[in-house]
Amino acid sequence: MIAKKTIRKTLLALLLFIPFFGILSAQEHQEETSKETKEKEDFNIAEMILHHIGDSHNFHILDWKGHPVSIPLPVILWTDNGLVTFMSSEFHHDEEGKVVVEKKGQKFALFHGKIYYANDTPNEDGIYVTLDKESHPANKKVLNFSITRNVFSMFLSMIVLILLFGAMAKSYKKSEKNLPSGIAKFIEPIIIFVRDEIAIPNIGEKHYARYMPFLLTIFFFIWLNNIFGIIPFFPFGSNLSGNIAFTGALALITFIITLFSSKKSYWSHMLWMPGVPVYMKIFLAPIELMGMFIKPIALMIRLFANITAGHVIVLALVGLIFILGTAWVSPASVLFTAFISIIEVLVIAIQAYIFTMLSALYFGQALEEEH
Amino acid sequence: MNELHFGAFAAIGAGLASIGGGIGIGKIGGAAMEAMARQPEMQGKLQGSAIVLIAFIEAIALFAVVVSFLAMSK
Amino acid sequence: MDLVTPEIGLIFWTTISFLVLLFILGKFAWKPILNSVNEREEGIRKALNEADKARQEMQDLKSDNEKILKEARVERDLLLKEARDIKNSMIEEAKEEAKNQANKIIEQAKTSIENEKLAAISEIKNQVADLSLNIAEKVVKGELSDKDKQLKLVEQLLGEVKLQ
Repeated sequence: MIAKKTIRKTLLALLLFIPFFGILSAQEHQEETSKETKEKEDFNIAEMILHHIGDSHNFHILDWKGHPVSIPLPVILWTDNGLVTFMSSEFHHDEEGKVVVEKKGQKFALFHGKIYYANDTPNEDGIYVTLDKESHPANKKVLNFSITRNVFSMFLSMIVLILLFGAMAKSYKKSEKNLPSGIAKFIEPIIIFVRDEIAIPNIGEKHYARYMPFLLTIFFFIWLNNIFGIIPFFPFGSNLSGNIAFTGALALITFIITLFSSKKSYWSHMLWMPGVPVYMKIFLAPIELMGMFIKPIALMIRLFANITAGHVIVLALVGLIFILGTAWVSPASVLFTAFISIIEVLVIAIQAYIFTMLSALYFGQALEEEH
Repeated sequence: MNELHFGAFAAIGAGLASIGGGIGIGKIGGAAMEAMARQPEMQGKLQGSAIVLIAFIEAIALFAVVVSFLAMSK
Repeated sequence: MDLVTPEIGLIFWTTISFLVLLFILGKFAWKPILNSVNEREEGIRKALNEADKARQEMQDLKSDNEKILKEARVERDLLLKEARDIKNSMIEEAKEEAKNQANKIIEQAKTSIENEKLAAISEIKNQVADLSLNIAEKVVKGELSDKDKQLKLVEQLLGEVKLQ
């Protein structure tokens, strides 16, 4: 396992350069092609990757004869005039701010995945948002609570989890001697693993039972969303667990639970470390205090960056075909993609395990008694 | 041209971070393997703590990657 | 950059979804599942303990049996020994009795013999007296002339008659 991890890290180290390399070469490529033929569409791999690992307002399934086929998702906005809802199909697949939706006397435009208050008149390119020099929109953003692709994927994972574990709970009720049957046979060892390898060693026999629901929920929630992330077709394939908002929210919940379960000893170790000289106490207090906040931030970034890196590598390998402009590279590209995908299957499970494990570790530290 | 420079620096930064992370994880992996070879009965415990330690080191490398992401966007 | 700036909408939905999921699963899935698993483990532990106890009891029973058997054997040996002792002592007693009886009989025989002997001796003495009288008579008759001769004869005769 560790050897594989090491292999993965070395590969990651090598492959991390690819997207950046891609940016450079794509730009050169772009310049060349734009000089030669103006009709040929530019291929910017960085944009392609960022578009794929980002969120979006409609669920794109495939392109059919040049027309995108996608499922519209509801847009929910909290505007100056209150709640506004409409379907994302009203934007007509526009991402450039060229289509304006008017609701409650307000105009909205979708520009690169974000919804802005639109201008009354379009500029010379037909775009309803004002762009600054670096082509960032200057318009005000709307507070956006839309059911985006990621939120849709999250709801899907919720439904799957509830159905799965509901069925599992029922299967125990059916058997007289509490024996697992069917799907429960596969999941029960994982639950026991979470209990015996994560909860009990880190939190301790005394308190672990209180945290089991949280640890199990977070483990399966992250794992399932990771799995959904690497399945490439509809209705999966959203990069939800590689989105910093998602990991941030989960890390925040862990942080809040840590604070609420903290005992006196936790704070005394943080603010006034016992058993060291006074000058060390003064020196250690800010470090420990910073550590308190860094821990959940590290939790957030670890999951986000690992999952995102996996997606970036796969997309970059596929993108190689377009960067080099030849189909001959595709066998190597596909082979590498398959290889990375297999490693990713391992990585997503390990990341779910690490997130749960570290959460349990932090709870255990917060709960530690004076000794 | 400006963007290209930042991108190049970001790439170098990410590469350096990966080197550091790779060395750290390599050391942990090596030590863990050695320990497992010496005490095969401790394998489960060693594996668990090795993964956690790797996660800590990885976090540092990932921090650097995120910083280079941020740098690239400037 | 978009990638590292969290969207408020997704944070909101993630928090809500996770809390809802935690509540629903905690109530309808984790509780029954963990309870079942714990109960089963408790059951297995109990069953194992009981099996251990049963085995212990079996062992105890076996050793008890052996002990009883051993005791019985010892008792039997004791009984046999006692019987043998009794037999021996009876024989001994009988022998003693017989010896005593014999001794007694011998004693009686001895005394009776003694008595007989005494009687015989007294008889003999009487006879001797008679005989001596007779002799004396004869001597007196034959040799009454010489007094010395007479005495000499008496003495001679008396010397001849040895009393045993």
